[in-house]
Order: sequence, then C-alpha cells, then structure tokens
Amino acid sequence: MINQLIFAYFAAVIVVSAVLVITRKNPVHSVMFMLLLFFHIAGVFVLLNAEFLAAVQLIVYAGAILILFLFVVILLSVERESQAARANRFWPWLAGFGLIIAGEIALLVLRGSFPGEGKMAVQVAGAGVRDLGVVLYSKFLVPFEISSVILLVGLIGAVMLAKKKTNE
Amino acid sequence: MVTSLQAFIGQLLPLYPELVIITIALTVLLLDFFVDRQNKAMLGWYSLIGIVIAASMTIKLSGLAGSFFGGTFLLDPFAAYFKLAFYTACGLGILISMKYLDIEDIHRGEYYALMLFATSGMMLMASAGDLISLYLGLELMALSIYVLAGFMRSDSRSNEAGIKYLLLGAFSSGIMLYGMSLLYGLSGTTNLNGILVFLRGADLANPVLFLSMVMLIVSFGFKVAAVPFHMWVPDVYEGAPTSVTAFMSAGPKVAGFAVLLRIFAHTLLPLQEHSTVILAGIAMITMAVGNIMAIAQTNIKRMLAYSSIAHAGYALVGLAAGGREGAASVMLYVLIYAVMNMGAFGVVIMLRNAGVRGEEITDFSGLGKTNKAAAFLMLIFLFSLTGIPPMAGFIGKFYIFKSAVQAGMVWLAVVGVLFSAISAYFYLRVIMVMYMHEPKEEFNLVQSPALALALAIAVTAVIVIGVYPSGVLEFARASIIGIL
Repeated sequence: MINQLIFAYFAAVIVVSAVLVITRKNPVHSVMFMLLLFFHIAGVFVLLNAEFLAAVQLIVYAGAILILFLFVVILLSVERESQAARANRFWPWLAGFGLIIAGEIALLVLRGSFPGEGKMAVQVAGAGVRDLGVVLYSKFLVPFEISSVILLVGLIGAVMLAKKKTNE
Repeated sequence: MVTSLQAFIGQLLPLYPELVIITIALTVLLLDFFVDRQNKAMLGWYSLIGIVIAASMTIKLSGLAGSFFGGTFLLDPFAAYFKLAFYTACGLGILISMKYLDIEDIHRGEYYALMLFATSGMMLMASAGDLISLYLGLELMALSIYVLAGFMRSDSRSNEAGIKYLLLGAFSSGIMLYGMSLLYGLSGTTNLNGILVFLRGADLANPVLFLSMVMLIVSFGFKVAAVPFHMWVPDVYEGAPTSVTAFMSAGPKVAGFAVLLRIFAHTLLPLQEHSTVILAGIAMITMAVGNIMAIAQTNIKRMLAYSSIAHAGYALVGLAAGGREGAASVMLYVLIYAVMNMGAFGVVIMLRNAGVRGEEITDFSGLGKTNKAAAFLMLIFLFSLTGIPPMAGFIGKFYIFKSAVQAGMVWLAVVGVLFSAISAYFYLRVIMVMYMHEPKEEFNLVQSPALALALAIAVTAVIVIGVYPSGVLEFARASIIGIL
C-alpha cells in the first residue's frame, strides 16, 4: 500500500513536470522542470529495486546531460526563445483528444489483468551491478552492442548536421 | 585465453553479415579522411563490395537456422530473405546516389556510412527474436535515416524533412515502447517465442492485450506509412535528398513489413481474429488516401510519396489476409515494390542537373523525344507501379489480391483492384507528359555508369520477376517456414 502511494506521488510529479517542461515560456524553467522529472524517474527505479539504474539516472542525466542542456540554453538568446509560441491555436482540441485517449488507456488497463506481474525477463541471483553486467554481456550481448552502434550514429549525425560549413 | 577468444569469435558466426556491414561502415568513416572530394564515389564502390560480401555470407549461413545469444537473435530463412532485400535496396541506393551527391555538393563519406548503419539496423530488425533487440535495430535504422533526410544542411526543405521525421519517429517509438512494455507486463518475457507460448494459454479477452496490439499496429503504421499515420510522408519524401527518398521508400518500409510479419503472423498469431479486422481497415483507407491524394500532386517526389503510401496499403491487404499465402504474397510484394520504386526514383534523379531541380511532373515534358532510353525506363517502372502485365508490379498485386480472396476477404480485394485502377490515372499522366507533350527546353540528363548499372538491375528485375515469378515466389514461400 505504502509502495503504491509513493509510486503515485512519483508518477504524478513525472506527468506534471513533463507537461511543464513543454509549456513554460522560459527555456531555463523548462530545463529545471526536466531536472525534477529526472529525479522522480530515479525514484521510480528505486521502487523497482533497480538502485544501480537510479544512480546512473541521477549521475548521467541529472548530473551531466542536464548541465550541458543548461549551458546551451543560457548560450541561446533566452529573450527570443521566450517570445515564441509554445502551442498553436488548436491546442485545446488536441489536448482534449489526448485526454480521451489517455482515458481509454486507463479504462482498458484497469479492466485488464497482468498475469506476468512480478516475472522477470531474466532470472538473476541478485540485482547488483555485477549481475547486471553478467546479463548484459551474456544474454543481452547483441542488444547491448547494437546500442553502442546507435550511440555512434547519434554522434556522427550530430557532428554532421552541426559542424560549420568549411571548404565546401 | 586464446582458445576462449577463438571460441567467442566462433560464437559470433550468425552475426557475421551484420558485423561485416558495420565494419565496412566504420572503415568508410576512416577512409573518408584519405579520399579527395572528387573521388568520394570510391567509398560508394567500397561499400558495395561490403554489401556483396555480406550477401554471400547470408546465403552461406542460410543452412544454419536457429536462435542465438539467448534468443535475442534469430537466424531463419525468413530473416535471410529480408536481408537479401535490404542488400538490394542499399546497393541500388548507393549506385543511384553517387552522381547525385556530386551535383548537390553533399558528397561526404558519412553518407555511405549512414546508409550502411541503416542497413545493419534493418538486418537486426529482421533477425530480432526479442522485443529489445527488435526495438534497438529499429532505432539504429531510424536514427541513421533521420540524419540522411536532413543531409542537405543548407537546404531548408531538407532540414524540415529531418526534423519532422525525427519528431514523428520519436513519438511512434514512444507508442511502440508503451505497447511492448504492456506486452512484457502481461507475459513476463520479452522473447517473441516466449510471448507466443504465453498467448497460447492466456485469456485472450484481456483488454490490455488488445491495447498493446493496437499500439504496436500504430507504431509500425508510422514506419510503413499507413493511413492515418502517414502525415509525415509527403513532406519528408519531398524535402529529403532524392537519393535518400529512394532508399527511405524502399528499405525502412520493407523492414517495417518484416517486423509486422514476424509479430502479427507469428508472435501475436493467437490474436489474429482481432488484428485482421484492424489491419484490413487500415489497408483499405491507406489504399484510398494514397491513391486519391496522389492524383492532385504536381511534384513527382510528392506523387511517389503518396504512391508509396498506397503500396503500403496493398501490402497490408496481404498481411490482413494472413496465413502462409498471405505472408508469402507480402514478402514477394515488398521486394518487387522496393525494386520498381527505386528504379522510378533513379530516373527522377537523372533529371536533377546543375541548375535544374527536375522535381515537377512538367519537367518530364517531351522526355520521350529528347531521351528515349530514360523515358522508356520510366515507362516500364510506372507500368509496373500501376500493375500492368507483364511487369513485376502486376504479379505482386495479383498474389496479394489472390491471398485476400482465398482468406474470404473478397470485398478487400475488390476495393484494392478499384483503387489500383484509379492509380493508373496519375502514373499514366506522367507517361502522357513524357510522350505527348513537346519538350519545354533542352537540357542534358545526368548520366553515370553507376546510375546506368542501378537502372539496368532494376529494370531486369522488374521484367524477369514479371515474366517468370515462380522462382521468387517459391523462394518467399520457402522462407516463411521459420515463422509459421
């Protein structure tokens, strides 16, 4: 029961701060709400007994990536960014449509059952970093290595699209 | 130590084709530093050698079937068939790109590397035996193609295409992950076979199951450009560099159908009763919207974009029909579609010359008089897209509609044939413009040996499959053994 209450708190803050990230006019505020979002996602990981993921979430996302975000936002012209509209004039209709779909999903999930609850994709002795590493390098070796290629493609893409036009 | 390393390398055997493609992509990035700007096409030829090696490995490995790496990676005839289709799409894509990239002044080594990365992503999608490797393969493909769509950095239309594709692709990935996570919550496993085993003994009336199935249909609907998830297609296809559009209309779409078949003809087979209804409905509106909207287009790239939506609709008819015949007809169709569509884009690329954009249908005026060969090739590809015998497009549609009739969905086949007849209007209009109109102005078509080779391959494939389809059809039929 207490677990569910804590989860409800984390989930509610995650949803609210995610909405605030995209609706705030000042980009610095958006980034701050994103920080709040990342903290609460880490909280959900703790609830799921994934302490290592929670720590990584905090160190990598909240610690490193968000600071970079903040630097970029501050280097941009906050004044001009704040002027731009955050939504077009159809947003009440679209929000209503989204709420209907969310309601439908909630209804279906409440009426359904989850027979797989509590089952794990992989059975390991503990949930420590060592077990995680063993699983990543054995059963999930292929997905793990694909993700490294994905990161490389992201890197190439970012450099490709952002680098200055030089001798061409 | 040495022996365990050797044992490890031996274990990697099933992954060799993917590893070859990724290694070639990485070396292309390195070699890029040593190749002059005038000679970047060499990197393209180098990539083609890699594709040929990978293809020969895939053929060699076809005797080795099974599941590897804890069930995350599958090797079966089904995956091999689609991998050969991806090699074809990537190879043709590279051949038609070389000259075009020079003209657009975007000839950089990253282009070929990203094409190869995208291809390796598609291969992993076709071989995925687990929701996690499936998703990661898809992201690898999608991420490479987002960058390729925005490859013309100084062109605002290309930027727009890249951004639009990225945003909508991210949303569809989110929906897919939600559907997958529900499926995991239900079955307690991410393994596709495990999910099938679970579903066989599960309560199929569970609404959550239905919800996750719908989410998977929506997200893959985005990837294969089915209506109503097609909004991004015309803008992205128009804005992206034409060579990328050609690749994008063939590769990812074929990969999307590979996954759709794997999931709906295998993993979610117990849910077929529900999925068929939804897929048939989507197939119908996809054919309707694609074919009707294409009529109004004046830009050839937009027209081919809507035509590619319509063709996704035809393939979905086969998927909705289901069963062995349905699956085989979809596999045959997507291969034929990929070849003929890339051929048509190859001719469109010939019109792009320095100073001339060559994207309007009126740019084709009098092509039948000024350049007989190019006009005749375009004629063959457009006839094939319309589905006129003896081109391959006819055979593809024939087996699709035949499987629908056999599955008792006569109405869907009738609707498909009707819209196919409507499609003749806009395909044949281009032919009319080429042969009946007077040439507007004199301009030289772009010609290069690579482009000629690509068009020769495409036209040969279209005619050979059209005249003698049983070879490829038998290959497709034999390839579904792994999943059904």
